[in-house]
Formats: sequence, structure tokens, C-alpha cells
Amino acid sequence: MNKTEPRPTSQPLQGSFVKAVSAVVWKDLQAEFRSRELFSAMLVFSLLIILIFNFALELDIKTRQSVTSGVLWATFAFAGTLGLNRSMAIEKDRGCMDGLLLAPVDRSAIYFGKVISNLTFMLIVEVIVLPVYSVLYSINLFQPGLLLVILLGSIGYAGVGTLLSAMSVQTRTRDILLPILLFPVVIPVILSAVKASGGYLEGLPFEEILSPLSLLIAYDLIFIAVAFMVFDNVVEE
Amino acid sequence: MITVKKLVKRFGLKTVLRGVDFEVQPGEFVALLGPNGAGKTTFLRILASLSRPSLGQVTVAGHQLPHEAAAVRARLGVVSHLPLLYGDLTAEENLRFYARMYGITNFQARITEVLEMVGLENRRHDLVRTFSRGMQQRLAIGRAVLHDPEVILFDEPYTGLDQDASAMLDEVLKTVAAKGRTVVMTSHDLARAEDLATRFDILSRGVIAASAKHEELQNSNLLSFYKEALAA
Repeated sequence: MNKTEPRPTSQPLQGSFVKAVSAVVWKDLQAEFRSRELFSAMLVFSLLIILIFNFALELDIKTRQSVTSGVLWATFAFAGTLGLNRSMAIEKDRGCMDGLLLAPVDRSAIYFGKVISNLTFMLIVEVIVLPVYSVLYSINLFQPGLLLVILLGSIGYAGVGTLLSAMSVQTRTRDILLPILLFPVVIPVILSAVKASGGYLEGLPFEEILSPLSLLIAYDLIFIAVAFMVFDNVVEE
Repeated sequence: MITVKKLVKRFGLKTVLRGVDFEVQPGEFVALLGPNGAGKTTFLRILASLSRPSLGQVTVAGHQLPHEAAAVRARLGVVSHLPLLYGDLTAEENLRFYARMYGITNFQARITEVLEMVGLENRRHDLVRTFSRGMQQRLAIGRAVLHDPEVILFDEPYTGLDQDASAMLDEVLKTVAAKGRTVVMTSHDLARAEDLATRFDILSRGVIAASAKHEELQNSNLLSFYKEALAA
């Protein structure tokens, strides 16, 4: 640009954190709603899993209730891995991750932006999977407590998954590496979520569900705090 | 504008840069040349704050890296052989996204101005994945100058372009990106580097092996200077 032309008004270092987070989320949602690559892969995969479980288990109503939380979280975890891999691969393949890292914003804004968009994709898939599951397994999953657990579990999963996918995407074996890294780390979140979901489905008193629910909240906070602290080091060479 | 002193970069046991000293004055256009594996991209990534130096001192636009990385990034534009653009967003949406990331206010007018400068005004609503490689690279230059940076880094910007696209990029690079800015460009295209740059530095085996200003090459050409520097 010719230096005689007026310079664009730029305020790169002033209170840009929230703006940067929302810019990353807007960009991810806009691109995904146009291509639907990530979303359709996650959705089809989730529906196939619950169908396969439905045919494979051939369970009576009582047993169905007891395995529901396990089947649901296995579905969400596997489908979530697909989404996380794809979401970060989009950034890596055309060098866009460098474009993000070159922006004069706190890099944790990029992390939180990616977490929110990954979480949104997971929640959209879950909103579609839950009624299908309810019909196939004849179980009412629309209980406020259970929905809260699904939200909390998804937050923890997206939080730690986004960090690990930022690590694994830099390797040649990223598709294989992410689940290998993620599943051992995310076990506390999945276990707490399965236990709390099972509690709500079995109609246990709140006092009995409180313990896994508190653990789930604690793990969410710990994982997101750790990811917030180390993300900069993970993405910088 | 850019000062680098005794820069060392190691990846594990491998040392890529072995004490690089480098200085660029405001308004200079420096072509950084060297064979594959010499460390040119690593060096540029350190200047861009994408990579952390193992040892040494790096100052860009008066700010020290890595401690003042955000301040450096606000004054820096980068164009690499990858477009750093999202294929599923339109040209305008890509620029709008980066404008928001750079905290640019009144970005709509600036986006129109930049699209006009790189000759893509009439393709502003088209998805970037439908663009040719040359058009993507022009838009990448638009992205890099969106916030009007003082320093521009080019990392092999001509990679993958045919002759026509390279010639068009030359024009955009001269009139849009380099004009009035401090530029460091890595390239294997000696003819283009000779045409564009005001100074030539040869990076070989992790150090600057030779440096010459354009006017100092009058009695020889860049190719012979380059060969002599690598042979030394």
C-alpha cells in the first residue's frame, strides 16, 4: 500500500480477546455450515454406532436402561474424535494455523475459539442423536439432569480434545495419534459422565449423583485451565 | 527495523541456525537466498514469532522476540507458499475474519480497498477454493497487508505459480506489498530476486555466508555471486 494513503485503524492489542474468540467461532461455523464435511461425518458415524449397538445387543427394556449411558458416551467420544481431527486438519492443511498464530492476540483466544466451535458441533450432533436413540431404545433421554451431564461431559471432552488435536495434527499419523493420546487422558471425564448419566437414567437420588457430577465439573475446570496454560507452548515450535 | 544477533535454532540434536547475524534497515528489500535445508524458512518463522529462538537476540520493529511477540505480530505481514486462507470462505469473508483477528475497525472499507489493490474486487463473493493458485496468492498478499504492516516477510511466494501468475504476482508484490515497507523474502528464483531486492544475503550451513547490495553487483550477476558464496 502506498504510504500516502490513510492507514487502517487498527487496535490489535486492546481488549481483543473476546473479539478474537468470536472471530474464530464465526469462521469455523461459517465454513462448516457451508461445507458440512465435519458435521455430516460426525452425525453419520454416531447414527451408525447406535444402530449397530441396537442390533448387536438386542436387549430387554431394563438392560437397555443400564447400558444406555455407556453406549451414548462411547458414541459421543468416537464421533467427537472425528470432529476434532477434521477441525484441526482444516487449520493445518492450508497453513491457516500459521495465519491464526500470526494474529496479535493472546493465543489462548484461538484455543477457546476452537473449543467453542468443536463443542458446538458436538452438541448439534448430540441434539440429533438423542431423539433417534430414544426412539430406537424406547428410553426417554430428555431429562434436564441428563442433558446437563451431556453438556458438562462435552465441555470436558472438547476442552482436552482441542488441545491434544493441536498437538497431534502436527504429526504424519494425526488420525491415529489423536485417539491414542486423547482416550487415556479423557477417561476421568468419560467415567464421571457415564456414572452421572447412569444415575439420572436409573432415577437415583441427587445425593448419589452429586459425587460423579462434582468430579465432572472439577475435571472440566482442571483440563481447561491446564490447556489454557500450555496451549501457547503446544502450538509454537 | 530488524536486528538479529547470534541467533541459534536447534530442533532436538540438530542445529539449523548456527549464530546468524542479520540487520535490515527501514525500507530495505532483502532477498534471503540459499540451498534447500539452509534454514531460510526456519529463520523467517523465527522473525514471524512462529518459532522460538534457542539462543540469540531478535528485534523486529523495535520489539524483542519472543517476549514482545504480540507487538511484533501487529507490525508484521507474512506471505508463504501456502495461502493461509480458508477454502470454504469467500475472499471477503477470509479478509473479514483476519480483520477481526487484527482488531481493525471500519474493516469493510479497508477490505474493499485491499481487494481492489490485488485485483480481486469482482471475485469478492467467490469461495477461495474456486480460485486459481495465482489468485489465491494475490489474496494472500491482500491478507498480509490488510493491517498495513511495517514489515513483510515472503517465504517462497512463487512456489507452484506458472509464468503468467508469477508475472502478475510480481506486479502485486511491487505495487502493493513492498512499496514503502521493509521486506525480507526467501526465494530460489534468482532472476526475480535480482529484479525486486535491494540487498542479497546468502544463508548457507546455518549462517549468513555472504551479503551484497544491488549496486555492488554491477560488474557480476546474482548467480555468480550466489555460486561464489556457496563455494566459499
